Amino acid sequence: MTGFLTLFCKEVLRFWKVAFQTIAAPVLTALLYLLIFGQALEGHVRVYESIRYTAFLVPGLVMMSVLQNAFANSSSSLIQSKITGNIVFILLPPISYLQFFGAYVLASMVRAFVVGLGVLAATVWFVDLSLAAPLWAITFALLGSAVLATLGVVAGIWADKFDQLAGFQNFVIMPLTFLSGVFYSIHSLPQVWQAISRFNPIFYMIDGFRYGFFGVSDVAPASSFIVVVACLAGLTCATLWLLRRGYKLRS
Amino acid sequence: MYAIEVRDVEKRYGALQALAGVSLAIEPGEIFGLLGPNGAGKTTLISIVAGLTRASAGSVKVMGADVVDDYRRARRMLGVVPQELVFDPFFTVRETLEFQSGYFGLRANGDWIDEVMHHLDLTAKSGANMRTLSGGMKRRVLVAQALVHKPPVIVLDEPTAGVDVELRQGLWSFVRRLNHDGHTIVLTTHYLEEAELLCGRIGMLKAGRLVALDSTSNLLKTFRGLQLKLRLDREKLPAQLASRLLAREGDRFTLELHDYAELEQVLVGLRQAGETILEFELQPPDLEEVFVRIMDRSA
Repeated sequence: MTGFLTLFCKEVLRFWKVAFQTIAAPVLTALLYLLIFGQALEGHVRVYESIRYTAFLVPGLVMMSVLQNAFANSSSSLIQSKITGNIVFILLPPISYLQFFGAYVLASMVRAFVVGLGVLAATVWFVDLSLAAPLWAITFALLGSAVLATLGVVAGIWADKFDQLAGFQNFVIMPLTFLSGVFYSIHSLPQVWQAISRFNPIFYMIDGFRYGFFGVSDVAPASSFIVVVACLAGLTCATLWLLRRGYKLRS
Repeated sequence: MYAIEVRDVEKRYGALQALAGVSLAIEPGEIFGLLGPNGAGKTTLISIVAGLTRASAGSVKVMGADVVDDYRRARRMLGVVPQELVFDPFFTVRETLEFQSGYFGLRANGDWIDEVMHHLDLTAKSGANMRTLSGGMKRRVLVAQALVHKPPVIVLDEPTAGVDVELRQGLWSFVRRLNHDGHTIVLTTHYLEEAELLCGRIGMLKAGRLVALDSTSNLLKTFRGLQLKLRLDREKLPAQLASRLLAREGDRFTLELHDYAELEQVLVGLRQAGETILEFELQPPDLEEVFVRIMDRSA
């Protein structure tokens, strides 16, 4: 257990030491999104009847930041360790693949939550927000960050070069998060895109998280919960299988 | 129980056979040298012992613990100083050592960490970020990291590569002290003179096969002869000395002598042939020569 706790603490301290880059920068980015999109579209777009567009935007931005940072933390930490070679310090000790997995995922979730709270704290001044169902919000934040942190572990282990990881981030994670209903409700999309959006697991995370604030969503939160839990379970099993085999870690 | 027991270990990377059935046993308390040219399989073998690489066949035990089936115990018994100068740029020396200690399940290990830093002259750099350290200092931290969990077996993979003479001497004296304190030491090195100086036993690998395994003194005895290096003005070796020729480069000849008494015969032969000696050097056998001959013999 000490090995797991040490690796977890090391991973938390790693991002905390560069908090300007890992915490402050994503908070500022989300704030800019809110100012630009909120200013440009407020009054032009009304997603739900009783909710102003800027208020609609905030939970989406919080969750988007949570998801992107959960992915960024585990993936960047692993690829840096692999490329600099210091991953050997984690592979030499008697740390099991389960402990390895747990430490990287949990530390990434911590960063995701710190960034999420930061975005919420920075944006809450611009809108009237209520928490209609806080447990759903927390549940989706936990599950969503766990899914993306796990995906980050897979990407960090799979990628051999920084540009491979950047490709994964820019061509998979970024489109999935931007096309998940952060800036709009999928009901405002044509039927085809609505159908396609339903294959995007991040849509359910953001929609479920938003339900926690407004009590309304595109999909029933229980359905979103099932989809996200299924994603997490499938991804966790696949990742643990890779780690157990030592995929790209133990040749 | 052996400190390290390697049995019929094979490792294949596709068509490449990196290790082809290596077996060796290292006794507790030994300083064992693993030698071989680049690509011989030294690092692959060490990686298998350390659990970083999985053998295609065969088994490895560290202090009786199988590195696959009982990997937790095997890894606790082993400290590895990697060949590459790797470090985590986010942390200080002290943090690096505390984390490494924690990975091995040790809490409140501060006293031992202080002691290790003291022995390796790292105390003054305790709060320094790893990025700011010189190459030599980083190498010391690597050694310290391998020692934080007090492993009975320590593997040093080319620990003095690229290290200045002063630090190299310091490291070797530290290795001797560790061995004196009861640690088994396995080291790979390209500095054969140092392997000769430090190691009680030596294994030589070539193309994934163990081509020699014996005590250092026995290996030196195997090639008891002396080497006579000559530079001759007419660049022609008399016919009666041709059987002694080991190597030739232009006007430089290396001859083999079985003992000092044979020197007289060589000089007589050269005088009779009218050769003039321009340069002359007589060398006793060293590990480098043994190494070269074994590698040539098993070519």
